[in-house]
Amino acid sequence: MEEEMSGTIKKFMFINRKAPYGTVYALEGLEVVLISAAFDQDVSLTFADDGVYQLRKGQHTKGIDVKNFSPTYRALEGYDIEKLYVEKESLDARGLTKDDLLVPVEVLTSAEIGALMDEQDVVISF
Amino acid sequence: MKFAILVNEGPYNHQASDSAYQFAKAAIDKGHQVSRIFFYHDGVNNATRLTEPPQDDRHIVNRWTKLAEEQSVDLVVCVAAALRRGLVEENLAPGFRISGLGQLVEAGIQSDRLVTFGD
Repeated sequence: MEEEMSGTIKKFMFINRKAPYGTVYALEGLEVVLISAAFDQDVSLTFADDGVYQLRKGQHTKGIDVKNFSPTYRALEGYDIEKLYVEKESLDARGLTKDDLLVPVEVLTSAEIGALMDEQDVVISF
Repeated sequence: MKFAILVNEGPYNHQASDSAYQFAKAAIDKGHQVSRIFFYHDGVNNATRLTEPPQDDRHIVNRWTKLAEEQSVDLVVCVAAALRRGLVEENLAPGFRISGLGQLVEAGIQSDRLVTFGD
C-alpha cells in the first residue's frame, strides 16, 4: 500500500486521552495506530485521562447506536504492537484497576510516562 | 529543520487551522522546510472548495491553497476521514490531495518534527 521507509526506525508514541465514544478521536486514533504497524516502527500506546476508558472491559454500545470498536485493542498484539502504557493517576481518579482493562498493560506513574515521552521521536496525541 | 504538521480540527470552528497555518508561514519565513501538512479528523474540512466565509473574514481554505502553490507544501487529506465527512475529489480545493493514513506515519518518519494542532 504505502511505500515503506527503508531503514529508518523511529519511536512513535500514540497518546489516547479521550473517552472512546462521544467524539471520534479514539476510533480514528486507533486507525492511525493500525496503519503505523505496516511501517515497522517502534510503536507504543499510552492511555491517560478519559482515554483509559478506551480499554475498559465490557463496553456495550447498542444503546447509543455506535460501533463497539474495543475488540480492536485485543488485536493489536497481532500487529506486533505490544507496548501499552496506562497512567496510574488516571486509573486511580476513575476508580479503575488493571483488572478492569481488556488487554494486558503496564501501569506507570505520570512521571514515568513523562520520561518515556521524552525518549520518543514522534508523539501523536488523540 | 524539516517540519510536518498534523491538523485535527475543522476551519472556523477551532483555532487549530489558524495556528497551524501561522506556524507553517512562520517556519517557512525563518528558512525552515514544511514538507507536508496532513489533515485528519474534522481537519479534513479544511480541504473543501465549498466554503464561502463572509467577505471581511479570512478565507482559510484559499489560504491553504495559496501556501501549497507558492511554497510547494504537500497538503494531504486522509481518505477515510474525508469519506466519513462527505469530502471527495469533486469538492476538493486546489492544492490538496486525498491519500491514506500512511502519509501521516511517513511524514513522522521523514521529518525532524511532527507538530500537531488540535485539542
